[in-house]
Amino acid sequence: MTRTNLILLGLVLVLAVMPLLLPVTGELAEPFSGADGQAQAAISEAHPDYLPWFEPLWEPPSGEIESLLFTLQAALGAGLLGFYLGLRRGQSQPSKRVDARDSGARPDRTSADAPD
Amino acid sequence: MHIMEGFLPPLHAAAWTAASLPFLVVGARRIARISREQPRAKLLLASAGAFAFVLSALKIPSVTGSCSHPTGTGLGAVLFGPSVMAVLGAIVLLFQALLLAHGGLTTLGANIFSMAIVGPWVAYGCFRLARPLGLGVAVFCAAMLGNLATYLVTTGQLALAFPDPVSGFAGALTKFGGIFALTQVPLAVIEGLLTVVVVNLLVRYNRDDLNEVGFDRRSGFGQELGAAGRA
Repeated sequence: MTRTNLILLGLVLVLAVMPLLLPVTGELAEPFSGADGQAQAAISEAHPDYLPWFEPLWEPPSGEIESLLFTLQAALGAGLLGFYLGLRRGQSQPSKRVDARDSGARPDRTSADAPD
Repeated sequence: MHIMEGFLPPLHAAAWTAASLPFLVVGARRIARISREQPRAKLLLASAGAFAFVLSALKIPSVTGSCSHPTGTGLGAVLFGPSVMAVLGAIVLLFQALLLAHGGLTTLGANIFSMAIVGPWVAYGCFRLARPLGLGVAVFCAAMLGNLATYLVTTGQLALAFPDPVSGFAGALTKFGGIFALTQVPLAVIEGLLTVVVVNLLVRYNRDDLNEVGFDRRSGFGQELGAAGRA
């Protein structure tokens, strides 16, 4: 399972990095801009008379603050996910320290399963 | 897939909000029931939300030379059924609308409809259909196609609101589709792969929680999951 997951993560890495190495993006005026922003630009271009009728209540005052908040979002999610997976993994394994104490002279991994 | 604040005419914004509301109500009631009847599953539910939180924060470069992001809603849809994701996805979208000026309050209904409703439902449907192909393949198809479906809905929403002055709705569909569709393909694959990784980890270490929410029974993989169960 661990090997499968490492291969899958490797594929993810390749897919994410590959676009950066492709030559096609060199010709773009603004390489790797956001697709959401491009859609917004396309609307403004085709409908120059359309005015957004509502403004965001608050906007990050700079790109740095924006990246801070995006990082915070990812960190909160990853933190919780990691906490959960780690917690349950820990709970699913018998504590080695307790095993070693209980079984006296046999502090090896298999002692928990060995018949006394 | 975030339609920016103010970038849907009021009528469209109201219609998408109205369309999303019933799903939010059903999702909230389902979440309340899960926390009442299966308290152990609460943390798994929160983790499904956390997965959507991480993935929708990651703007990843694509082969078209633009950036877009996965949605992360397929995981929860596969584990709990699609209804809970309406609420979890809405929380993610609200966070981004209020703190990042990404998406918006007036477009929240439309964005919820694409990312937190259609995406999860398509993911769940694909998961059921692809079941005979095995757990990994089914999860991959679900997350990948759920992601693509979300962006197709956004494309449709924008084309409805902003038909091309010359070529009309169809022309706008092609135009917005050109911005989103091809860009999204590699990202949808990335989302599919990451979702499989997390499901693999859950099956390995969190099987009790999966059983508690009935994933083993509902998914049809009970035997497969049970065979590797811990004593």
